[in-house]
Amino acid sequence: MLTELLISPVAVTLYEILMIVNALMLGVAAMTWVERRLSGVIQYRLGPNRVGPYGLLQPIADGIKFIMKEDVVPADANKAIFTLAPGLSLVAALCAFSVIPFGPTVELFGRQIALVIVNVDGGILFALGATSLGIYGIVMAGWSSNSKYSLIGGLRASAQMVSYELALVLSLIGVLLVSGTLRPVEIVAQQAGWFWNWNVFGGWQLLGFVIFLIAGYAETNRLPFDMPEAESELVAGYHTEYSSMKFSMFFMAEYVNMITASALAVTLFLGGYQLGFPVPFSGWSLWILQILAFVGKLAVLLFLFVWVRWTLPRFRYDQLMSLGWKGLFPLALINLMFTALVVALDFVER
Amino acid sequence: MPLGPEKFLMLSAVLFTLGVLGVLLRRGAISILMSIELMLNGANLTFITFARQYGQTEGQIYVFFIITLAAAEAAVGLAIVIALFRLRDSTDVDELSLLKW
Amino acid sequence: MESIAFLVLSILAVASALVVVLPVVRNAVVCALALALNLICVAGFFFLLGAQFIGFLQVIVYAGAIMVLILFVLMLLNVHDERHLGSSGFFQRYLGPLSAVGFVAILVPSLVVSSQGAEFPRAGAAFGTVGALGRELFTRFFYPFEAISLLLVVAMIGAVLLAKRRL
Repeated sequence: MLTELLISPVAVTLYEILMIVNALMLGVAAMTWVERRLSGVIQYRLGPNRVGPYGLLQPIADGIKFIMKEDVVPADANKAIFTLAPGLSLVAALCAFSVIPFGPTVELFGRQIALVIVNVDGGILFALGATSLGIYGIVMAGWSSNSKYSLIGGLRASAQMVSYELALVLSLIGVLLVSGTLRPVEIVAQQAGWFWNWNVFGGWQLLGFVIFLIAGYAETNRLPFDMPEAESELVAGYHTEYSSMKFSMFFMAEYVNMITASALAVTLFLGGYQLGFPVPFSGWSLWILQILAFVGKLAVLLFLFVWVRWTLPRFRYDQLMSLGWKGLFPLALINLMFTALVVALDFVER
Repeated sequence: MPLGPEKFLMLSAVLFTLGVLGVLLRRGAISILMSIELMLNGANLTFITFARQYGQTEGQIYVFFIITLAAAEAAVGLAIVIALFRLRDSTDVDELSLLKW
Repeated sequence: MESIAFLVLSILAVASALVVVLPVVRNAVVCALALALNLICVAGFFFLLGAQFIGFLQVIVYAGAIMVLILFVLMLLNVHDERHLGSSGFFQRYLGPLSAVGFVAILVPSLVVSSQGAEFPRAGAAFGTVGALGRELFTRFFYPFEAISLLLVVAMIGAVLLAKRRL
């Protein structure tokens, strides 16, 4: 009886949720270390190297520091919304990861289990909805802080996110045209075989991939699009008045958004957990290898995130908005039309 | 307690009525626009309830169009509110009485 | 399980709708956030009824775009707290709300009486799916689909022109 409960589908979903949330939080901690060491390498200096071997325990030190700091709330702030905003940001960011298949369909407990938390019919729409809801966290933070820097920063950040969401979704539609389904599990399954079968190569989605990456940088408020939180511009934008754990929740939410955007790009364009070359064995060795391949591709895209951040200068806000509306949006439309042509002329085998 | 259509219809009637109350009782122009959105949502819920009751997709198509129309209407309505705000420096609808005799 | 979800969602939906509507809540931004919560609850109802695509659309378009637009305008215009009911007349203040409440008072008992605890018929497997809606949208409802895209362009142009400071 107890064994049946422990291996029931609901329990398996719970295990997957636990695994993913833990992995994401560990990934956030790892990303802070990676960011600081990598920025050191790029800027020809040492990063943190005191706290442990190669500074590997720095995230732990950062976490303890955040917990110990005093939690300051501005006097006239709307306390309920002020407290809710970072939580909403983090929850929305975590939810968006639910539809991403982080592994193949394994054979466990006597049945097939797809390594994905949610496998609904409108798969990708779930991730898009969660990203849309993440905007509320920023808007609420900016408004409830009762400070002009926060308000302007919040407005700018949410305007930027809404504008680039357009280009993001349009670049996604190219993939949907090629794959014919919204479920990420099936999109990844269709990219099996050699690596030229991936959507970015064989699905003619190279332009879509580039647009998705650029829009992803803007969605996650990372340089070169981080005007709303730039220190020299608006003090710290929408999280000016936040301290200690609430600030660290915004921080974590930004990194989780980064990981989710990279994971979406890997799933839709780079073949998800597919290895990219056929292997003669199957079973658990293949499945573990595929999960590692997913993590490896994720690591490559996250490296790209950090690399771009420390290389490019920041866009001014009006340059940013005009790039989003007058540059990326028409480009995404062209990509859509090109993809439609390619699919209609049967150049894609799917 | 099995879920039946009349529970959803009751709920959509309540939401619609609350929207009507909002339009009547509220003074800010944007609050009135928000109450109109509430009314549209009540109607959407009715459409989807009946679509599920008869197993058709037409109800959902109508809701698709209503959501799109609500987006267009909210955009134009808010633009009008901004234009009025520039004129009157307030969004209070009681101050928009230029045409009163 | 579903009835518990329905109960929780309906309490949340009616409570947030009350926050939007009642003149007691003077701050418009709080009303807007309550309306966003209400829209997400209604999306939850759509999911309960099996209309997944419309549920996702509700979250992405209604709660994720339209409400953000309303919040923008509220913050840009720095709308102050609403004043009291003021100069509205007798009909608006009493008779209107009375007739609205009367509408509900007549409808709800008649609904309870007419269908005594009937359940929904089983929905087909393809009921709320994207494929089913897409098929209908591009075959039977193709003309309204094109018309509404034209309407969106017109609304965009109209909104930009109306809000311009100098034409």
